[in-house]
Amino acid sequence: MEDLFAARSQMALSLGFHIIFACIGMVMPFFMATSHYKYLKTGNPLYKDLTKAWSKGVAIFFVTGAVSGTMLSFELGLLWPEFMLHAGPIFGMPFSLEGTAFFIEAIALGFFLYGWDRFKPWFHWFTGVVVGVSGLASGILVVAANGWMNSPSGFEYVEGKFLNIDPVAALFNEAWFTQALHMTLAAFTATGFAVAGIHAYMILKGKYIDFHRKAFTIAILFGAVAALLQPISGDISAKDIAVRQPAKLAAMEAHFETSKAAPLIIGGIPDEEAKEVNYAIEIPGALSFLAHGDFEAEVIGLDQFPEEHHPPVAVVHYAFQIMVGLGMILVGLSLLYFFSTWKKKNWQAQSWFLWLFVLATPLGFIALEAGWTVTEVGRQPWIIYEIMLTKDAVTPIPGIKYSFFIFTAIYVSLAGIVSFLLYRQIKAVPATLAQKTMANVES
Amino acid sequence: MLYVVIIFLCLALLMYVILGGADFGAGILEIFTPARMRSQLQDTTYKTIGPIWEANHMWLIIAIVILFVGFPSIYTTLSVHLHIPLALMLIGIIGRGTAFVFRHYDAYQDDMQKVYNFIFTYSSFITPFFLGLIFGAAVAGQIDPEAKGFYEAYIHPWFNFFSVSVGIFTVAICGFLASVFLVGEAKKSEVKAFVVRKAKLFIVFTVLTGGLVFAASIIDEVPLVGLLLTEWITIGTLVLATLAIIALWLNLKEGSKSLVRLLSGFVVTAILAAFGYHYFPDLIITKSGENLSLFNSAAIGKPIDTLAWALMIGSVFILPSLFYLLYSFQGNKMVEKK
Repeated sequence: MEDLFAARSQMALSLGFHIIFACIGMVMPFFMATSHYKYLKTGNPLYKDLTKAWSKGVAIFFVTGAVSGTMLSFELGLLWPEFMLHAGPIFGMPFSLEGTAFFIEAIALGFFLYGWDRFKPWFHWFTGVVVGVSGLASGILVVAANGWMNSPSGFEYVEGKFLNIDPVAALFNEAWFTQALHMTLAAFTATGFAVAGIHAYMILKGKYIDFHRKAFTIAILFGAVAALLQPISGDISAKDIAVRQPAKLAAMEAHFETSKAAPLIIGGIPDEEAKEVNYAIEIPGALSFLAHGDFEAEVIGLDQFPEEHHPPVAVVHYAFQIMVGLGMILVGLSLLYFFSTWKKKNWQAQSWFLWLFVLATPLGFIALEAGWTVTEVGRQPWIIYEIMLTKDAVTPIPGIKYSFFIFTAIYVSLAGIVSFLLYRQIKAVPATLAQKTMANVES
Repeated sequence: MLYVVIIFLCLALLMYVILGGADFGAGILEIFTPARMRSQLQDTTYKTIGPIWEANHMWLIIAIVILFVGFPSIYTTLSVHLHIPLALMLIGIIGRGTAFVFRHYDAYQDDMQKVYNFIFTYSSFITPFFLGLIFGAAVAGQIDPEAKGFYEAYIHPWFNFFSVSVGIFTVAICGFLASVFLVGEAKKSEVKAFVVRKAKLFIVFTVLTGGLVFAASIIDEVPLVGLLLTEWITIGTLVLATLAIIALWLNLKEGSKSLVRLLSGFVVTAILAAFGYHYFPDLIITKSGENLSLFNSAAIGKPIDTLAWALMIGSVFILPSLFYLLYSFQGNKMVEKK
């Protein structure tokens, strides 16, 4: 295994792992705060149980997100020292602000988790909201740093030197808004559907239906609203990269040759040697329309870029198809949910309806990982777009593959333990509720 | 503005060593705790450290971010030449953080607890060891940016007597901080006697390993002893630290909770201050003598200025809420099981 490939794999693995936990840690506090709000307003103890049950999930995911994030702040240097040497001072602004946001999140979480019956109820509720808001802020800031790699700004690049550095301009790079919007909605969609799916399963099992139904409703409302907004954000992103990173768009669409009235290619198997796509469905002019809002517009293809600067087409194309396909399924489910709430309330108790949501549990996260694959692999071979190549940034230390193997083992076992813990938490929910009911009866 | 950033860097490192150190120490103490006391100790640890432990570890992230934004060549030099101990420290950080939360949030108390405890205690030991080792390696003068061979470039800079002894010293300090901290929490006489005994043990251990660091610096020809003992300020600071240790020893059992804690914090701050003053502004001592300092590696200009502003604005939010957090949960009493 080549060192560059090992380093890229380790980075991809670490990010792919971190993203899941970071998203849940960032979104679930909002579910928790909603349920907490309902409890404070209605006094229904089920909402209190739900808030507490979710807060345990938040604690598990927050810590896993925090340690994998700490890990990443070191890995940037361990794997890409040449990149960090130059990029650190330029795109450090979002990281230093993120440090603040994350610190506040950790403090607020301390207040929230340990604050039951200790503080005034609304102050306690407020600390839960702070967890969510600061988590969201740190997520947006980190994405802004990634945006800078896709759309470097805030410096002048003269003969290999980075001059006139302006960290504020780097923070507000051209990609940050579209990326942050898309990612935030994705986080809400993925987490909303994942949480709703788990509770739908528990409803199907038929125990503590009231509890799980309340949980399902809160989670799906967040997830479904975000899923319905996501296509709009996707369209903004597509129009943005059509101009800013045409090579990425070309790879997403396996669009090898520059052409007017370019077709939208759905599915298919890209043949990078022959520069064509086999077995695909083509919608004439649709790519031109999606990228530039005009069916006749010219869309730049990969032929405009030297071959050594092409991103891996097949991976990016497949990842893009997966993201969009799964996104559409979630849009469909969101419409179904709202339709049933509006017209056919009784559907929501039926098992086919619940099974659909159970099956959709992982889809949001698969789409999210696929989306990041599009962003990151689509940027290759650049680590800083059109400034620095990934292969020039990699660490000189040999044997990175061993590091990759070790960290893979660690991440796999962590993922295993977290799933195991979550399984036990979910299994234990009825048990704790049952104990409470017993205790209430006794008292 | 550079000085603002340097002050924050020192503050972050100090806070991490003291708060994070006490935190690591709690895990180290568990290794040395007989089975019958262990669950009481775990409960006390959780009650006292639980609410603030997430925040404790944020200091490390702050320090790292300051390094890579403000002093990129220091960050990358450490990353390249100390890749292996850094990676090992990361494994410790992951194991510890997750095991601490997992063991509390597992819905069932069964044999999995043994697994979590094992990971928690040993990673509590590994992490500060490598953290100290990295500090030691940075100033050991064995980092050679020109080195070609694998051993010379990536192993020797940290695999030497001096760096290892700084690692051991750091472990001792963590155990020291944690045991002194827990003395104030123990109410039951049996538990208190136990923690006091451990605290004394770790004081002895800290002094001995401190001696080891000096011995190692002579053997490895790290110019530490000679210089430390010729500067009046460092001598004064170290003398004060020694006096504080003696005062701590005498007051450990009867003294007030805040006095012993203050003294232990002072000891560690004084040791760090003496080292810091001695090396300032150098952070990495290289073989060739072309050291990387906080001045020559700083990204002067807008990067440092905006970093300073971000830190100052951030601290307006962080510090009051952090103090309120510490204040709110200081009243936690030790859970004593019958």
